[in-house]
Amino acid sequence: MTQLMTEDGIRCDGRRVDELRDISLKVGVLKNANGSAYIEFGKNKIIAGVFGPRDVHPKHMANQDTGILRCRYHMSPFSVTERKNPAPSRREIEISKVIKEALQPAVILKDFPRTVIDVFVEVLQADGGSRCAALDAAAVALADAGIPMRDLVSACAAGKVADRIVLDVNNEEDQEGQADMPVAVMPNVGKITLMQLDGILTPEEYKTCLHTAIGGCKRVYEIQRKALMEKYFQNGEQ
Amino acid sequence: MESVILDKLKRDRILDLLKEDKRIDGRALDEQRPLSIETGVIPKANGSARIKLGNTQVITGVKIQPDKPFPDLGDKGILICTAEILPLADPRAEPGPPTEEVIELARVVDRGIRETEMIDLRQLVLKEGKSVIGLFIDSSVIDSDGNLFDACSYASVTAILSCSVPKYELKDDVPVLVEGVTSKPPLKTIPVSVTMARIGNYIVVDPTSEEEACMDARITITTNSEGNICALQKGGSDGFTVDQLVRCSEVALSVGTKIRKRFEQLM
Repeated sequence: MTQLMTEDGIRCDGRRVDELRDISLKVGVLKNANGSAYIEFGKNKIIAGVFGPRDVHPKHMANQDTGILRCRYHMSPFSVTERKNPAPSRREIEISKVIKEALQPAVILKDFPRTVIDVFVEVLQADGGSRCAALDAAAVALADAGIPMRDLVSACAAGKVADRIVLDVNNEEDQEGQADMPVAVMPNVGKITLMQLDGILTPEEYKTCLHTAIGGCKRVYEIQRKALMEKYFQNGEQ
Repeated sequence: MESVILDKLKRDRILDLLKEDKRIDGRALDEQRPLSIETGVIPKANGSARIKLGNTQVITGVKIQPDKPFPDLGDKGILICTAEILPLADPRAEPGPPTEEVIELARVVDRGIRETEMIDLRQLVLKEGKSVIGLFIDSSVIDSDGNLFDACSYASVTAILSCSVPKYELKDDVPVLVEGVTSKPPLKTIPVSVTMARIGNYIVVDPTSEEEACMDARITITTNSEGNICALQKGGSDGFTVDQLVRCSEVALSVGTKIRKRFEQLM
């Protein structure tokens, strides 16, 4: 078993407990999609594309009163150490659902009855925390598509490793750590739209972990904002 | 499909009642529906339970058999929980591949039992890396009236509590059943999941399908016997505030303690 943390609190990838991995985010990377984004979150490499609002197929899924949101989270066969079967796994279907439900509160679907907004995220390389990174890219891609939103959605995990609460759990820590809690928030509204947990936490640790994750989300939010500004305010325009 | 107007009217009615701390079926906000538990209902299974949570009914069977371990988990037995909604349980359910909702249901039930480490899987190894005992815990929803998460979880947990593990011995590396010898499963803790729905600013425990139809968001929190929080899943198309999430964890712990006492009586 690899040592997950040194005695002076340095993690297996050299980070401190409250440190995020390096994140780079670029908006508008695809020509065909209405909105798109590419994120590198540690070793995660994820691309997100948004289509719509557009006609719904199959037609019976359409709703007269509101637009609908669909989401597909998919991992490329080459994204992990052992080749992954390209057919969507049960894990990917569950993640697609929680990502959709994390984005839904932010998207103003009522404005587009009888249409669908499709969000596709492809994990080209996976490290720990791919659902959060995927969500970060998807939220920015939705904004890039010009879809009216109440707020962005920013996601980041926290967890428990070597008896300490840490920010942004990486792959090794996810596998061998004590708990992993992915969280997504609408940072300006203060609403938590995705939350999961596996691992054992005391009620006190649960609160600390939640606040740690939200702190990470706020830092991710700044990166998302900057990436959007970079595309839409080039050459220092205001 | 029910009409949108009807749902809206129902939601208004449910919200009006909640303002007076009342629910449409007369329960308190943090009150579960009556829970009845029957174990040993399927003698051919190694453990089984049929539970009723209000009108929601679930049957779970545990099958225990030797198996090859997962390549990266050679020192542990196998635990797999599944769940399905039978077509006879709900007019909206159809035969065919599982929907997103059903996959989430099964994975949340599995996560609750796995992450609390209810069963000490290290004690289910016959030969490390070669041969282990597998526990397959399959739940079928036979009547659906909301909160399938807790119903399937309770049925799975009580089926495990009631099961007897057959004894296997290796002969020339082949597992052979030792007739007439069984033991209790190696238990470490008892998980209890508690599902809550947020309707407006109110949090209600154990929502019925009527309440689920008009809820804003949902959360399932699983706790263990030691009072820790071990698994959690937020669902639904809206979110929670931090304060609501902290309160939900407290409710999950207090309601969970009561349910756990019921489970302990089965042991």
